[in-house]
Amino acid sequence: MSGPAVAVAGLRRDFGDRTALAAVGFELAAGETLLVLGGNGSGKTTLLRVLSTLLRPSAGEVRVLGASLPGEAWKVRGRIGLLGHEPLLYRDLSGRENLRFHARLHGLDGAAAAVRIAALLAAVGMERRADQRVAELSAGMRQRLAIARCVLHEPELLLLDEPDSNLDADGRELARDLIGPGEGRTRVVVTHDPERFEAEADQVLRLGVGERAVVS
Amino acid sequence: MTSSTIAFRTILGKDLRTELRTLQSLPAMALFAVTTFVIFRFALDRTALSGSLASGVLWATLLFAAILGINRLFVAEREEGGFDAIRLAPIDRTALFAAKAAALLVYLLVLEAIVVPVFAVFFLDSAAALPPLLLVLLLADLGLAATGTLISSMAVHSRARDLLAPLVLLPLVVPLMIAATGASEPLLDLGGPSYERFGTWLAVLGLYDLIFLLVGYAVFDFLLED
Repeated sequence: MSGPAVAVAGLRRDFGDRTALAAVGFELAAGETLLVLGGNGSGKTTLLRVLSTLLRPSAGEVRVLGASLPGEAWKVRGRIGLLGHEPLLYRDLSGRENLRFHARLHGLDGAAAAVRIAALLAAVGMERRADQRVAELSAGMRQRLAIARCVLHEPELLLLDEPDSNLDADGRELARDLIGPGEGRTRVVVTHDPERFEAEADQVLRLGVGERAVVS
Repeated sequence: MTSSTIAFRTILGKDLRTELRTLQSLPAMALFAVTTFVIFRFALDRTALSGSLASGVLWATLLFAAILGINRLFVAEREEGGFDAIRLAPIDRTALFAAKAAALLVYLLVLEAIVVPVFAVFFLDSAAALPPLLLVLLLADLGLAATGTLISSMAVHSRARDLLAPLVLLPLVVPLMIAATGASEPLLDLGGPSYERFGTWLAVLGLYDLIFLLVGYAVFDFLLED
Protein backbone atom coordinates (compact mmCIF):
# COMPACT_ATOMS: atom_id res chain seq x y z
CA MET A 1 0.00 0.00 0.00
CA SER A 2 1.39 3.42 -0.93
CA GLY A 3 0.08 6.75 0.40
CA PRO A 4 -1.63 7.39 3.70
CA ALA A 5 -3.27 4.59 5.70
CA VAL A 6 -6.42 6.66 5.99
CA ALA A 7 -7.36 9.63 3.80
CA VAL A 8 -10.66 11.43 4.26
CA ALA A 9 -11.83 14.50 2.33
CA GLY A 10 -15.15 16.32 2.58
CA LEU A 11 -16.82 13.47 4.44
CA ARG A 12 -20.48 13.94 5.27
CA ARG A 13 -22.84 11.43 6.79
CA ASP A 14 -26.56 12.06 7.12
CA PHE A 15 -29.22 10.11 9.00
CA GLY A 16 -32.42 11.25 7.33
CA ASP A 17 -32.65 15.00 7.85
CA ARG A 18 -29.93 15.08 10.48
CA THR A 19 -26.27 15.55 9.54
CA ALA A 20 -24.03 13.61 11.91
CA LEU A 21 -20.73 14.45 10.20
CA ALA A 22 -19.94 17.35 7.91
CA ALA A 23 -16.80 18.45 6.05
CA VAL A 24 -14.45 16.05 7.79
CA GLY A 25 -11.01 15.71 6.29
CA PHE A 26 -7.65 14.35 7.43
CA GLU A 27 -4.79 12.12 6.34
CA LEU A 28 -3.19 9.58 8.61
CA ALA A 29 0.09 7.86 7.73
CA ALA A 30 0.78 4.24 8.61
CA GLY A 31 1.92 3.89 12.21
CA GLU A 32 0.35 7.18 13.31
CA THR A 33 -2.36 7.83 15.86
CA LEU A 34 -5.27 10.19 15.28
CA LEU A 35 -7.11 11.34 18.38
CA VAL A 36 -10.75 12.25 17.75
CA LEU A 37 -12.33 14.63 20.24
CA GLY A 38 -15.78 16.14 20.48
CA GLY A 39 -18.86 16.38 22.63
CA ASN A 40 -21.81 14.04 22.70
CA GLY A 41 -23.48 13.79 19.33
CA SER A 42 -20.58 15.32 17.43
CA GLY A 43 -20.23 12.26 15.18
CA LYS A 44 -17.17 10.50 16.67
CA THR A 45 -18.72 7.07 16.66
CA THR A 46 -20.24 7.68 13.23
CA LEU A 47 -16.76 8.49 11.91
CA LEU A 48 -15.39 5.21 13.23
CA ARG A 49 -18.30 3.28 11.71
CA VAL A 50 -17.69 4.90 8.33
CA LEU A 51 -13.96 4.09 8.50
CA SER A 52 -14.73 0.51 9.51
CA THR A 53 -17.02 0.06 6.44
CA LEU A 54 -20.12 -0.41 8.63
CA LEU A 55 -21.67 2.87 7.42
CA ARG A 56 -21.60 4.34 3.94
CA PRO A 57 -20.54 7.98 3.61
CA SER A 58 -23.29 10.27 2.29
CA ALA A 59 -20.70 12.41 0.50
CA GLY A 60 -16.95 12.87 0.30
CA GLU A 61 -13.99 10.62 -0.31
CA VAL A 62 -12.79 7.98 2.13
CA ARG A 63 -9.76 5.79 1.50
CA VAL A 64 -8.78 3.20 4.07
CA LEU A 65 -5.65 1.03 3.64
CA GLY A 66 -5.61 1.91 -0.03
CA ALA A 67 -9.24 1.00 -0.69
CA SER A 68 -11.89 3.52 -1.65
CA LEU A 69 -15.06 3.25 0.48
CA PRO A 70 -17.72 2.11 0.09
CA GLY A 71 -16.98 0.60 -3.34
CA GLU A 72 -13.90 -1.37 -2.32
CA ALA A 73 -14.96 -2.12 1.26
CA TRP A 74 -14.50 -5.85 0.66
CA LYS A 75 -10.75 -5.25 0.26
CA VAL A 76 -10.30 -3.99 3.82
CA ARG A 77 -12.67 -6.22 5.75
CA GLY A 78 -10.52 -8.38 7.96
CA ARG A 79 -7.73 -5.79 8.03
CA ILE A 80 -9.49 -3.47 10.50
CA GLY A 81 -9.95 -3.97 14.24
CA LEU A 82 -12.97 -2.13 15.68
CA LEU A 83 -13.43 -1.64 19.40
CA GLY A 84 -16.78 0.10 19.79
CA HIS A 85 -19.35 0.72 22.50
CA GLU A 86 -20.63 -2.84 22.05
CA PRO A 87 -18.12 -5.62 22.71
CA LEU A 88 -19.45 -7.70 19.76
CA LEU A 89 -19.54 -10.79 21.96
CA TYR A 90 -22.39 -13.28 22.26
CA ARG A 91 -23.67 -13.35 25.82
CA ASP A 92 -24.48 -17.07 25.84
CA LEU A 93 -21.05 -18.16 24.65
CA SER A 94 -17.93 -18.14 26.79
CA GLY A 95 -15.09 -15.73 26.12
CA ARG A 96 -13.02 -18.50 24.56
CA GLU A 97 -15.94 -19.63 22.35
CA ASN A 98 -16.48 -16.06 21.23
CA LEU A 99 -12.82 -15.63 20.30
CA ARG A 100 -12.87 -18.99 18.47
CA PHE A 101 -15.97 -17.83 16.55
CA HIS A 102 -14.29 -14.58 15.49
CA ALA A 103 -11.02 -16.37 14.69
CA ARG A 104 -12.81 -18.74 12.29
CA LEU A 105 -14.62 -15.88 10.58
CA HIS A 106 -11.22 -14.29 10.02
CA GLY A 107 -9.74 -17.46 8.59
CA LEU A 108 -7.82 -18.56 11.70
CA ASP A 109 -8.46 -22.11 12.78
CA GLY A 110 -6.88 -25.13 14.37
CA ALA A 111 -3.82 -25.11 16.58
CA ALA A 112 -2.61 -21.69 15.45
CA ALA A 113 -5.93 -20.11 16.46
CA ALA A 114 -5.94 -21.92 19.81
CA VAL A 115 -2.42 -20.67 20.56
CA ARG A 116 -3.32 -17.10 19.52
CA ILE A 117 -6.52 -17.16 21.62
CA ALA A 118 -4.69 -18.52 24.68
CA ALA A 119 -2.01 -15.84 24.30
CA LEU A 120 -4.59 -13.05 24.02
CA LEU A 121 -6.61 -14.32 26.97
CA ALA A 122 -3.41 -14.25 29.02
CA ALA A 123 -2.54 -10.80 27.68
CA VAL A 124 -5.86 -9.35 28.89
CA GLY A 125 -5.76 -11.29 32.17
CA MET A 126 -8.79 -13.44 31.37
CA GLU A 127 -7.36 -16.99 31.28
CA ARG A 128 -9.17 -18.05 34.45
CA ARG A 129 -12.55 -16.65 33.38
CA ALA A 130 -12.26 -17.60 29.71
CA ASP A 131 -14.75 -20.47 29.90
CA GLN A 132 -17.42 -18.49 31.71
CA ARG A 133 -20.40 -17.21 29.72
CA VAL A 134 -19.99 -13.58 28.72
CA ALA A 135 -23.36 -12.79 30.33
CA GLU A 136 -21.85 -13.65 33.70
CA LEU A 137 -18.88 -11.31 33.32
CA SER A 138 -18.54 -7.72 34.53
CA ALA A 139 -18.47 -4.84 32.04
CA GLY A 140 -14.71 -4.47 32.57
CA MET A 141 -14.09 -8.14 31.82
CA ARG A 142 -16.21 -7.90 28.68
CA GLN A 143 -14.11 -4.93 27.60
CA ARG A 144 -10.94 -6.96 28.10
CA LEU A 145 -12.40 -9.72 25.92
CA ALA A 146 -13.50 -7.14 23.36
CA ILE A 147 -9.91 -5.87 23.16
CA ALA A 148 -8.71 -9.43 22.57
CA ARG A 149 -11.40 -9.83 19.90
CA CYS A 150 -10.37 -6.56 18.27
CA VAL A 151 -6.72 -7.57 17.77
CA LEU A 152 -7.26 -11.32 17.27
CA HIS A 153 -6.73 -11.17 13.50
CA GLU A 154 -3.76 -8.76 13.79
CA PRO A 155 -5.45 -5.86 12.01
CA GLU A 156 -3.45 -3.17 10.21
CA LEU A 157 -5.77 -0.39 11.41
CA LEU A 158 -7.26 -0.05 14.89
CA LEU A 159 -10.45 1.98 15.37
CA LEU A 160 -10.91 2.48 19.09
CA ASP A 161 -13.97 4.10 20.65
CA GLU A 162 -13.31 4.93 24.28
CA PRO A 163 -10.93 1.96 24.63
CA ASP A 164 -10.47 2.44 28.39
CA SER A 165 -14.16 2.43 29.24
CA ASN A 166 -15.02 0.12 32.14
CA LEU A 167 -11.37 -0.89 32.60
CA ASP A 168 -9.62 -0.74 35.95
CA ALA A 169 -5.97 0.39 36.26
CA ASP A 170 -4.65 -3.15 35.63
CA GLY A 171 -6.93 -3.53 32.64
CA ARG A 172 -5.71 -0.24 31.16
CA GLU A 173 -2.12 -1.32 31.54
CA LEU A 174 -2.79 -4.69 29.90
CA ALA A 175 -4.78 -3.05 27.09
CA ARG A 176 -1.90 -0.69 26.36
CA ASP A 177 0.29 -3.61 25.25
CA LEU A 178 -2.33 -4.71 22.72
CA ILE A 179 -3.86 -1.50 21.45
CA GLY A 180 -1.39 1.14 22.60
CA PRO A 181 0.79 3.14 20.23
CA GLY A 182 3.62 0.56 20.05
CA GLU A 183 4.79 -1.56 17.08
CA GLY A 184 3.89 1.06 14.50
CA ARG A 185 0.15 0.55 14.89
CA THR A 186 -2.11 2.85 12.90
CA ARG A 187 -4.88 3.99 15.20
CA VAL A 188 -7.91 6.23 15.29
CA VAL A 189 -8.84 6.77 18.93
CA VAL A 190 -12.10 8.37 20.02
CA THR A 191 -12.05 9.62 23.57
CA HIS A 192 -13.60 12.00 26.08
CA ASP A 193 -10.33 11.93 28.02
CA PRO A 194 -7.81 13.81 25.83
CA GLU A 195 -5.27 14.16 28.62
CA ARG A 196 -4.81 10.42 28.79
CA PHE A 197 -4.21 9.96 25.05
CA GLU A 198 -2.76 13.31 23.93
CA ALA A 199 0.84 12.20 24.39
CA GLU A 200 0.24 9.25 22.03
CA ALA A 201 -1.40 11.34 19.31
CA ASP A 202 0.27 12.43 16.09
CA GLN A 203 -2.83 14.42 15.08
CA VAL A 204 -5.98 15.59 16.81
CA LEU A 205 -9.33 15.90 15.06
CA ARG A 206 -11.93 18.04 16.80
CA LEU A 207 -15.55 17.45 15.85
CA GLY A 208 -18.29 19.81 16.93
CA VAL A 209 -22.04 19.62 16.56
CA GLY A 210 -22.85 21.59 13.40
CA GLU A 211 -19.28 22.81 13.07
CA ARG A 212 -16.50 22.14 10.61
CA ALA A 213 -14.04 19.48 11.77
CA VAL A 214 -10.61 20.84 12.70
CA VAL A 215 -7.37 18.88 12.47
CA SER A 216 -4.30 19.98 14.47
CA MET B 1 -11.23 -14.12 2.21
CA THR B 2 -12.46 -16.84 4.56
CA SER B 3 -14.13 -19.70 2.72
CA SER B 4 -17.92 -19.58 2.65
CA THR B 5 -18.09 -23.17 3.90
CA ILE B 6 -16.07 -22.33 7.00
CA ALA B 7 -18.15 -19.19 7.62
CA PHE B 8 -21.39 -21.18 7.14
CA ARG B 9 -20.30 -23.91 9.54
CA THR B 10 -19.03 -21.41 12.10
CA ILE B 11 -22.26 -19.39 12.20
CA LEU B 12 -24.52 -22.46 12.11
CA GLY B 13 -22.47 -24.13 14.85
CA LYS B 14 -22.71 -20.99 17.00
CA ASP B 15 -26.50 -20.82 16.56
CA LEU B 16 -27.11 -24.49 17.36
CA ARG B 17 -24.76 -24.40 20.33
CA THR B 18 -26.52 -21.29 21.68
CA GLU B 19 -29.98 -22.84 21.21
CA LEU B 20 -28.90 -26.06 22.91
CA ARG B 21 -27.54 -24.04 25.81
CA THR B 22 -30.39 -21.56 26.23
CA LEU B 23 -33.43 -23.38 24.72
CA GLN B 24 -34.90 -20.01 23.76
CA SER B 25 -36.78 -21.02 20.61
CA LEU B 26 -37.49 -24.74 20.26
CA PRO B 27 -39.31 -25.44 23.54
CA ALA B 28 -41.60 -22.45 22.96
CA MET B 29 -42.33 -23.58 19.40
CA ALA B 30 -43.09 -27.16 20.49
CA LEU B 31 -45.20 -26.10 23.45
CA PHE B 32 -47.18 -23.72 21.25
CA ALA B 33 -47.86 -26.46 18.67
CA VAL B 34 -48.91 -29.07 21.22
CA THR B 35 -51.16 -26.60 23.03
CA THR B 36 -52.75 -25.62 19.72
CA PHE B 37 -53.47 -29.28 18.93
CA VAL B 38 -55.15 -29.64 22.34
CA ILE B 39 -57.26 -26.54 21.64
CA PHE B 40 -58.25 -27.85 18.20
CA ARG B 41 -59.18 -31.21 19.67
CA PHE B 42 -61.60 -29.63 22.12
CA ALA B 43 -62.76 -26.81 19.85
CA LEU B 44 -63.62 -29.17 16.99
CA ASP B 45 -64.87 -31.81 19.43
CA ARG B 46 -63.45 -34.55 17.20
CA THR B 47 -61.16 -37.43 18.05
CA ALA B 48 -60.19 -37.99 14.43
CA LEU B 49 -59.57 -35.65 11.51
CA SER B 50 -58.99 -36.42 7.87
CA GLY B 51 -58.44 -34.81 4.49
CA SER B 52 -58.43 -31.04 4.20
CA LEU B 53 -59.37 -30.43 7.85
CA ALA B 54 -56.48 -32.54 9.15
CA SER B 55 -54.12 -30.93 6.67
CA GLY B 56 -55.28 -27.41 7.61
CA VAL B 57 -54.93 -28.01 11.35
CA LEU B 58 -51.45 -29.45 10.90
CA TRP B 59 -50.07 -26.73 8.63
CA ALA B 60 -51.68 -23.74 10.38
CA THR B 61 -50.22 -24.96 13.66
CA LEU B 62 -46.76 -25.60 12.22
CA LEU B 63 -46.72 -22.22 10.49
CA PHE B 64 -47.60 -20.22 13.60
CA ALA B 65 -45.15 -22.24 15.70
CA ALA B 66 -42.46 -21.53 13.08
CA ILE B 67 -43.11 -17.79 13.41
CA LEU B 68 -42.00 -17.94 17.05
CA GLY B 69 -38.61 -19.20 15.90
CA ILE B 70 -38.44 -16.83 12.95
CA ASN B 71 -39.00 -13.85 15.25
CA ARG B 72 -35.97 -14.80 17.32
CA LEU B 73 -33.66 -15.89 14.52
CA PHE B 74 -31.56 -12.71 14.33
CA VAL B 75 -32.12 -11.28 17.81
CA ALA B 76 -28.63 -12.20 19.05
CA GLU B 77 -27.04 -10.69 15.92
CA ARG B 78 -28.98 -7.47 16.47
CA GLU B 79 -28.64 -7.13 20.24
CA GLU B 80 -25.17 -8.58 20.77
CA GLY B 81 -23.40 -7.07 17.77
CA GLY B 82 -23.28 -10.17 15.60
CA PHE B 83 -24.30 -8.22 12.50
CA ASP B 84 -21.34 -5.85 12.93
CA ALA B 85 -18.92 -8.68 13.68
CA ILE B 86 -19.99 -10.56 10.57
CA ARG B 87 -19.91 -7.44 8.40
CA LEU B 88 -16.36 -6.70 9.58
CA ALA B 89 -15.14 -10.20 8.73
CA PRO B 90 -13.72 -11.09 5.31
CA ILE B 91 -16.56 -13.46 4.44
CA ASP B 92 -19.26 -13.72 1.81
CA ARG B 93 -22.30 -12.40 3.68
CA THR B 94 -24.62 -14.89 2.05
CA ALA B 95 -22.94 -17.43 4.35
CA LEU B 96 -24.97 -15.75 7.11
CA PHE B 97 -28.20 -16.23 5.14
CA ALA B 98 -27.35 -19.87 4.43
CA ALA B 99 -26.38 -20.56 8.05
CA LYS B 100 -29.49 -18.90 9.49
CA ALA B 101 -31.77 -20.70 7.02
CA ALA B 102 -30.06 -23.98 7.92
CA ALA B 103 -30.50 -23.27 11.64
CA LEU B 104 -34.19 -22.52 11.10
CA LEU B 105 -34.54 -25.70 9.03
CA VAL B 106 -33.02 -27.69 11.90
CA TYR B 107 -35.44 -26.07 14.38
CA LEU B 108 -38.41 -26.91 12.12
CA LEU B 109 -37.32 -30.52 11.66
CA VAL B 110 -36.82 -30.98 15.41
CA LEU B 111 -40.17 -29.29 16.05
CA GLU B 112 -41.90 -31.66 13.64
CA ALA B 113 -40.13 -34.69 15.09
CA ILE B 114 -41.80 -33.77 18.38
CA VAL B 115 -45.23 -32.50 17.33
CA VAL B 116 -46.19 -34.53 14.25
CA PRO B 117 -46.36 -37.76 16.33
CA VAL B 118 -48.50 -35.82 18.83
CA PHE B 119 -50.75 -34.73 15.95
CA ALA B 120 -51.01 -38.37 14.82
CA VAL B 121 -51.94 -39.54 18.31
CA PHE B 122 -54.55 -36.78 18.71
CA PHE B 123 -56.17 -36.86 15.28
CA LEU B 124 -55.19 -39.80 13.03
CA ASP B 125 -56.54 -43.34 12.97
CA SER B 126 -53.33 -44.74 11.55
CA ALA B 127 -49.75 -43.68 11.02
CA ALA B 128 -49.76 -44.73 7.33
CA ALA B 129 -49.70 -41.09 6.16
CA LEU B 130 -46.56 -40.20 8.08
CA PRO B 131 -43.82 -41.65 5.79
CA PRO B 132 -44.97 -39.81 2.63
CA LEU B 133 -45.78 -36.74 4.74
CA LEU B 134 -42.06 -36.49 5.63
CA LEU B 135 -41.26 -35.42 2.07
CA VAL B 136 -43.93 -32.69 2.17
CA LEU B 137 -42.65 -31.49 5.54
CA LEU B 138 -39.07 -31.34 4.30
CA LEU B 139 -39.91 -29.37 1.15
CA ALA B 140 -42.24 -26.98 2.99
CA ASP B 141 -39.63 -26.48 5.72
CA LEU B 142 -37.02 -25.50 3.15
CA GLY B 143 -39.31 -22.81 1.73
CA LEU B 144 -40.30 -21.61 5.18
CA ALA B 145 -36.63 -21.46 6.23
CA ALA B 146 -35.66 -19.40 3.16
CA THR B 147 -38.59 -16.97 3.41
CA GLY B 148 -38.47 -16.78 7.20
CA THR B 149 -34.74 -15.99 7.23
CA LEU B 150 -35.17 -13.25 4.66
CA ILE B 151 -38.08 -11.59 6.47
CA SER B 152 -36.55 -12.02 9.91
CA SER B 153 -33.32 -10.30 8.82
CA MET B 154 -35.38 -7.28 7.72
CA ALA B 155 -37.83 -7.20 10.63
CA VAL B 156 -35.17 -7.52 13.34
CA HIS B 157 -34.06 -3.92 12.78
CA SER B 158 -37.51 -2.67 13.73
CA ARG B 159 -38.70 -2.27 17.29
CA ALA B 160 -42.00 -3.80 16.15
CA ARG B 161 -40.26 -6.92 14.84
CA ASP B 162 -42.65 -9.34 16.60
CA LEU B 163 -45.50 -7.70 14.68
CA LEU B 164 -43.69 -6.97 11.44
CA ALA B 165 -42.29 -10.44 10.72
CA PRO B 166 -45.64 -12.26 10.67
CA LEU B 167 -47.36 -9.41 8.82
CA VAL B 168 -44.84 -9.54 5.98
CA LEU B 169 -44.22 -13.28 6.11
CA LEU B 170 -47.79 -14.59 6.07
CA PRO B 171 -48.77 -13.24 2.63
CA LEU B 172 -45.48 -14.51 1.19
CA VAL B 173 -46.04 -18.06 2.44
CA VAL B 174 -49.62 -18.36 1.16
CA PRO B 175 -48.45 -20.24 -2.00
CA LEU B 176 -46.28 -22.48 0.18
CA MET B 177 -49.20 -23.27 2.48
CA ILE B 178 -51.54 -23.94 -0.46
CA ALA B 179 -49.04 -26.43 -1.88
CA ALA B 180 -48.24 -28.02 1.50
CA THR B 181 -51.90 -28.50 2.43
CA GLY B 182 -52.69 -29.63 -1.12
CA ALA B 183 -49.97 -32.29 -0.95
CA SER B 184 -50.92 -33.38 2.58
CA GLU B 185 -54.69 -33.56 2.09
CA PRO B 186 -54.84 -36.84 0.09
CA LEU B 187 -52.24 -38.37 2.37
CA LEU B 188 -54.48 -37.75 5.38
CA ASP B 189 -57.68 -39.08 3.77
CA LEU B 190 -59.84 -41.51 5.69
CA GLY B 191 -59.00 -45.06 4.61
CA GLY B 192 -55.31 -44.41 4.06
CA PRO B 193 -53.15 -42.17 1.93
CA SER B 194 -53.85 -41.53 -1.73
CA TYR B 195 -51.47 -39.76 -4.10
CA GLU B 196 -53.81 -37.62 -6.17
CA ARG B 197 -51.80 -34.70 -7.65
CA PHE B 198 -49.13 -35.43 -5.06
CA GLY B 199 -46.32 -34.99 -7.56
CA THR B 200 -47.71 -31.69 -8.81
CA TRP B 201 -47.85 -30.22 -5.33
CA LEU B 202 -44.32 -31.44 -4.58
CA ALA B 203 -43.14 -29.73 -7.76
CA VAL B 204 -44.83 -26.48 -6.65
CA LEU B 205 -43.13 -26.76 -3.25
CA GLY B 206 -39.78 -27.41 -4.92
CA LEU B 207 -40.22 -24.41 -7.21
CA TYR B 208 -41.17 -22.16 -4.29
CA ASP B 209 -38.06 -23.32 -2.40
CA LEU B 210 -35.83 -22.65 -5.38
CA ILE B 211 -37.26 -19.16 -5.96
CA PHE B 212 -36.91 -18.02 -2.36
CA LEU B 213 -33.47 -19.55 -1.88
CA LEU B 214 -32.31 -17.69 -5.00
CA VAL B 215 -34.00 -14.45 -3.89
CA GLY B 216 -32.33 -14.78 -0.48
CA TYR B 217 -28.95 -15.40 -2.09
CA ALA B 218 -29.39 -12.43 -4.41
CA VAL B 219 -30.63 -9.78 -1.97
CA PHE B 220 -29.24 -10.72 1.44
CA ASP B 221 -26.00 -8.80 0.96
CA PHE B 222 -27.99 -5.60 0.33
CA LEU B 223 -30.16 -6.18 3.39
CA LEU B 224 -27.06 -6.09 5.58
CA GLU B 225 -25.96 -2.69 4.30
CA ASP B 226 -26.74 0.34 6.46
